[in-house]
Formats: sequence, structure tokens, C-alpha cells
Amino acid sequence: MVTVLIAILLPFVCAALIPLLYRRLRRVTHLGWFVLSVPFILFLLLARYIPQLAEGKTFIHTYEWIPSFNINFTTYLDGLSMIFGLLITGVGSLVILYSIFYLSTKESLHHFYCYLLLFMGAMLGVVFSDNLMVLYTFWELTSVSSFLLIAFWHHRKASRAGAKKAMMITVFGGLSMLAGFLMLYVASHTFSIREIVANVEVIRDHTLFTPALILILLGAFTKSAQFPFHIWLPDAMEAPTPVSAYLHSATMVKAGIYLVARFSPVFGGEAVWFWLVSVIGLVTLFWGSFNAVRQTDLKALLAFSTVSQLGLIMSLFGLGSVGHYYGYEENSILYTQASFAALFHLVNHSTFKGALFMMVGIVDHEVGTRDIRRLGGLMSFMPITFTIAVIGSFSMAGLPPFNGFLSKEMFFAAVLAIRDVEAFSIADIGLFFPIVAWVASIFTFVYSLILISRTFLGKLQPEKIDKKPHEAPLGMLISPIILCLLVVGIFFFPNILGHYILEPAMASIYPTFPTTSELTPHIHAWHGINAELLMTVGVIIIGIILFKTLKSWKPLYRLFSQKYTFNTYYNRMIEMSENGSQKLTNKYMTGNLTHYFVYIYVFFVALIAGYFVWSDAMTFNFDKDSAIESYELILVFVMIFAAVWMIFAKGRVTAMLLNGVLGYSIAFFFVIFRAPDLALTQLVVESVTTALFLLCFKYLPDLMPELPRKRVQWSKALISIFVGATVTIVGLAVVHYDRFEPVATYFNDAYELAGGSNIVNTILGDFRAFDTMLEVVVLLIAGLGVYALTKLKPRKEEADHEN
Amino acid sequence: MESLILVLVGILVAVATYLILSKQLLRVILGTAVLSHAAHLLILTMGGLKKGDVPLLGESEGPYTDALPQALILTAIVISFAVTAFVLVLGYRAYKTNGSGNFDELRGTPDE
Repeated sequence: MVTVLIAILLPFVCAALIPLLYRRLRRVTHLGWFVLSVPFILFLLLARYIPQLAEGKTFIHTYEWIPSFNINFTTYLDGLSMIFGLLITGVGSLVILYSIFYLSTKESLHHFYCYLLLFMGAMLGVVFSDNLMVLYTFWELTSVSSFLLIAFWHHRKASRAGAKKAMMITVFGGLSMLAGFLMLYVASHTFSIREIVANVEVIRDHTLFTPALILILLGAFTKSAQFPFHIWLPDAMEAPTPVSAYLHSATMVKAGIYLVARFSPVFGGEAVWFWLVSVIGLVTLFWGSFNAVRQTDLKALLAFSTVSQLGLIMSLFGLGSVGHYYGYEENSILYTQASFAALFHLVNHSTFKGALFMMVGIVDHEVGTRDIRRLGGLMSFMPITFTIAVIGSFSMAGLPPFNGFLSKEMFFAAVLAIRDVEAFSIADIGLFFPIVAWVASIFTFVYSLILISRTFLGKLQPEKIDKKPHEAPLGMLISPIILCLLVVGIFFFPNILGHYILEPAMASIYPTFPTTSELTPHIHAWHGINAELLMTVGVIIIGIILFKTLKSWKPLYRLFSQKYTFNTYYNRMIEMSENGSQKLTNKYMTGNLTHYFVYIYVFFVALIAGYFVWSDAMTFNFDKDSAIESYELILVFVMIFAAVWMIFAKGRVTAMLLNGVLGYSIAFFFVIFRAPDLALTQLVVESVTTALFLLCFKYLPDLMPELPRKRVQWSKALISIFVGATVTIVGLAVVHYDRFEPVATYFNDAYELAGGSNIVNTILGDFRAFDTMLEVVVLLIAGLGVYALTKLKPRKEEADHEN
Repeated sequence: MESLILVLVGILVAVATYLILSKQLLRVILGTAVLSHAAHLLILTMGGLKKGDVPLLGESEGPYTDALPQALILTAIVISFAVTAFVLVLGYRAYKTNGSGNFDELRGTPDE
């Protein structure tokens, strides 16, 4: 099963190649032509497996990665991942083709296509990975590449803000999903989704099962922009339109839906799952379509419409999960048709919404604005674009003869069927589902009409637009035309799609069912006059009435105060956390070196002295001390006297001379303690240091009396005494430590080993010669530093004022 | 003897700490110099004091005093000299550029 591995790796390899190819290709042609080949080849490679999958086969292959942690690179190709694989590569090809004409060669294309390929690889990785950890890695990679793509025009403030928002929300969800995955691992001892599905009976009783369910759903909901996390998607529209068409309508936002579909066999029978997925989905459906109506930016309108449609698909999967509760039985199709409709609408949505995004991109590109208050009357100038808009919008609104009609009807059928389900006490609020679905569909119809009429009908307002409108170049039209052909084609031949693509995916969602061919309804455009059709007719009639009276009820939106939107809550939360962390940081990062020293010392004392006290290591043994001579005692007192005087020294020369006293006294000690080499070195170094101090005093200011408050002085004194005491205590406790043989005896053979009779010298020059060499390097660096600091001057005056 | 020297080391460390905690660059530099004195004495004490002969083979019969701390200190003396010299010159340059040797006045712009 190398194909799947290639599918995941090829985009990454090509993304890595782009920086190399970019310089060569930029003079010859648009970089996009090279990039286009990647998804196109992958699409063909994957499409070869469609017939085999339709026969019920699945393909799995494991590449060992970190077997000790149960993390293997397992690729899994089944019906569900196939749908997504085809969407990612298929829509990807069309989007890249479109982007070739949308983005001029003056843009930094190498960045754009690098990120786009990165995203493509990550997304394919998400859908083809069987291992949860690998899936998670790719999942976060899609967030990162989405961040980079939204901020592609990073000179715009709105782009950066939108990218940050998308990143914050999706990564927050991703992290909770990771926690959910780990909980599943604790319950099941495996990271493999297939094995989890196979052992679901055992896992279900684990206490972590429900927390894992909720956390994983949080990941899915944030990624798929479900209410109330939908707020990132409209802001993500700052991305170039090809990105919006690709990531934020066709693929990445569907990753959450993929996750829900993939985990349906695990969590499907749970009441929590049913209620969360279906109700949140329905609320999102309603809220998205309700808000889309009031948008004035075409892309914002499409963003809310995407939010709404994602909610629709989500809720369908929620309804379909009832099938897991009942297991396989004769009338399972009553519930499973919801999942089927979800898959069907997933594909349909990608086709018509992709076309619509590309249409909006064309309008933006050729007219210079996408504000519907400035647009209008473009029909005669852009007839082909208009046709695309009509096909896409009508499909979105659920009108025949477009594929949206079929899936919308199935959606109605599913919400109607759920009324009679006894499980989870759904029947109590059974009417809730069809009513919300119906109302949301009316708003969908209204904004679809707004999309067409405000852009293409009415009067042209030439004074409000910058460019003279004209039809887009053919290259830009190819991709949306192909998508529109699919929109119409799927309507007329839905069962080809149903049999080859959707049916194998049904088997992935209901793996425990013996057969799924009975679960896939035969799709009819006409099934007599029934409730669904009447609902559609109602949607059309009321939708037209609402559209005609739009002006009179639009003030209704003002009832929703701007103070209480989710965006304000999000902004306030971000602001609070930023301010809070800044305040906290400013509290201790004062920019004052003295404070930092205080932290270091307090930590030192607390850790070392604290551990000594805690571990009861303070055992002192004075028996082995050697004797003290009177002249040594005098020397000690001289040093103590000099040291303490240093603190109170008024002048710098006094302080420096006292330092000299300390240095020379230590030289005396070195003599007493049988270290003649040290004594010699110390004498030389102390003399040179004193000279250096004197030399620098010429340029340095004299000591100022320290004049801080008494309290500060005392706390400093206290810290100093504690530090000194800690060193003494530790020293006393370890000085006669004799549990190990001293290594010093080894050096007693210095004459044989190194040919020298001065042991200290042989250590420095032979045994530890590398140390000495590095010591010389330190001297050299210090010398260079001294030279640079004294001799070099900033080249220009400005160098001092870089701020 | 060892205990006495360790007490001395403690006092030196306390003085050095106090100097390092002051606000003037020159005192801080002096503090580091005192601290290195303390460290040298501490290392030497750890090897035992006056426990043997001068580690020169052939001069005496032994046993010799531990030579390893002495070698370590020899390296340390030179390096502490290098550091002191560098920090002194750094203080000189900082004073020349900023016109102050006081940390309170060397804090940079408040919003950074």
C-alpha cells in the first residue's frame, strides 16, 4: 500500500523542493503549474482504488516508527478516508489551477505554495493515519499551515489577527483532543483507531470514556467551527480566496467532521455523543445561516454559510449515531440514512461552496470589491460568473436540479425520522429537530438569494467600484465550471457517487454491521409528494417573502447587542490573559540586576540549605581537622577584617587595596597549605589585577555612598549572611567525606606517566592538557573582548540609537 | 584548620554577596573578585589541609598533599583574572557610553 504513503509524503517532499525550484521556475512560468501536478497525480493514484473499495476492501499498512511507545506510522485506506482523500486532492487540484490565475507572479508564490503543500500533506496525513498520535501530529500541522496561509498577506493587521484567532481556537481544541486521545489510550492500551473500534465493548465501561468523548468532540468542534467556536472562521477569510475555498470550506474545516465520523463506531451509542453532536450541529446550522443574512462582505457571508453547512453535516452524524445504539436491525436505515446524508452533503457542499468561493474571488479580482453595498448589476458584464453563482447558490439553497436539493431533502427526511426514536428520550423534544432545520433552511435560502441578487442583479454602481467590470480570464473560470458540472452531474447521477464513494464510507462508520448495502438508500430526485418536499416548498415560499421584506425585518439584528457577541468575549479573554501575564512578568522582571541576583541567591539558599535541613545531612566531624597555628589564626583575622572593612569602605582605592590584602593573604595560605605553584601564580595575578584596577580608576567614577533605605540594607545583609552560612555548612558537612578513594593517588605516578616531578604541573600540562588549552582560549576571548571594548567604536552615530 | 577556613570562606562569600547586591558596578566587580578568592579557598580545603608534603616528587618521601585541587585552582585563578579584567573594561565602556555606573540608571527604556 505504497500509494497512501506516497500521498502523505509527496506534498511534503514537493514543499521542501519549492525553495530550490522557485528561482529557476520563476522566470519560465508560474510556480503553480509545478504544484498543480502534485494533487492531480495523487487524485489519479487514489482514484484507482475506488472499485476495490466499492467491493468492501480496505488497505492497511504499518511502518514502525516508535514501537516502544505504541506509535507506528499506520496508513489506513477505507471508504471514509477515501472520500476525504479525493476531496483534498480533487478540490486541491482545482484550487491550485484557479490560484495560478488568481495570484500574480509578483506575490511571494514560493511561500504560498510551500504552505499549501504543507497543508495538503498534513490533511492527507490526518485522514489516512490509523494511529492517534500520528493523526494528532498532522492535525496540529494543519492548524499551523492554516495559520501561515491566513496570514499570507501579513502586512495587513486583519490577516495577522485572523490567523492568530484561528490558531488559538483550533490549537486549544487540538490540545484537548490530545488529552482525549491519551485517555482513550489509558482505557484501551492502543493508539490504533481500528483496535479501539474492535475493543469498544471493553472501553465503554472505563471511567475515562466520557471525558475522552467530550475532549475529542472539543477538538472536532473547534476545527469544524461549530458554535460557539465558529468565530474564527469569518476572520480567517482574510486569507487569499483560493485558501478560503480550499482550507476553510472544502477540507480543513471538515477535519472535525472526519473525526466525528471516524469515532462514531466508538462513541456512537452514547447519549452524550448524540445530544452534543446533533444539538450543537443544529444550533450551528441555525446561527450560521441566521448571521449570514446580515453580512455585507461576500466572503463573510460565505464564511457564515460554511459554518451553517458544517453544522448541518455535524448534526446529521449526530442523528446517525442512533444506529449504533440499536445495532443492526431491519429498519436500521431509518437512522443510518442520516449518516449517509451527511456524507452525501459533505461532498455536495465541497462542490458548490468551492464554486461559490471561486466566484466571489473572481468578483473581487475583476471588480475590486466584495462589499455587496457597492456591487450590483454585474450580470451583463460577467455572464459566466453569474451562471456559476446561480448554480452554486441554488444548490446551497436546496433547489433542483442541483445536488444540494438531494442532500437537503435527505436531511429533512432524517430530522423527520428522528421524531419517532425512543432512545435517549428523543421523542420528548422530537419536533425540535425538524423545526430548527426548517427555519435554518429558510435563512439559507434568503442568503443564497442575497448572494445572487446583490451581486449580479439590480443596477451597476460604477461610482462605487474602482475597476470597470469585465469577465474573468478563462483560466480562472475552468475550476468553478468543473465544480458546477459536478453540482449538476451529481443531481442526475447521484447513485454512481452513492455506490462507489458513499457506500464504502458507510461501512467505515458502521463497521459492526454485517452489510451496508441495505443501509445506503437509493437516491431519488422525485419521491412523490411527502413531508420533505412540502418542507422545501415552504422554505421557498417563506424565503421569498422574507427576502422581499428584508428591509423591514433586518433591524431585528440590532437587538443583538455588540457587547455580548462571542467575539467580544474572545477578545476580552485574550486581552485579560495578555495583561495578566504581562503584569505577572513585570512584577519580577524589573530590569534591575540587583533583583535578579536576589532571586538567584534566595533560590540557592532555599534549595541547598533547605535540602540540607530536610534530609538531615548536617553532621559535622571536627576530629580530622588539622591543628591551627597561631600565625594562621592571625592571617584569618586579617582576612576577615579586610573583608568586612570592604563593605564599609568609602573610597574606591581603599576597597581595591583591601581586595589586594585578601589576595596576598590567600597567597600566604597557599604557602602554608603546601601549594607553592598557587602561591606564585596568586602573587603575580594579584599584582596585575591591582594594577588593572588602578588603571581603570582613571576612567571610572568614584564609589558613591550607598544610600538606600535601612530596610533594604538589612535585607541585603540577611541574604548575604544566609548565603555565606549555606556555603560554610555545606563545606563543613562534606569536607571529610571519605566514602570514595581520592583520585589523587593516581597522580603520584606522575614521573612515570607524564615525565614530570611537579605533580600540579603534570596535571595541567599533561593529564588535563585540554582543560589548560581551553583555559587559554578563555583568556584569548577575554583579551579580544577587552580589546573590542576599548578600541572599537560604533561605526555611525545611529548605531547608538537603534530604537 | 579546615573548619576555620570554611568559616572564613563563609564570611568571604557573605561579603561578596553583599557587594554583588549593591547598585554600583564597581562594587559588583569587587564582589566577584572576593567571591573567586572564597572559591579558591573552598576548593583547596576540600582536598584536606596540611595533610601531606608539597606535591613535588623527589623533594620528599610523601605522602603528598592532594594535587588535584591545586591544579583546578591554578586554572581558576587565571580564568577569574580574565573575567575580572573583562568585567572591569566592560564597566569602563558602559560608563563611557551611558555616563553612569549605577544599575538604577542603567535599566533601559521602561516599555521594553
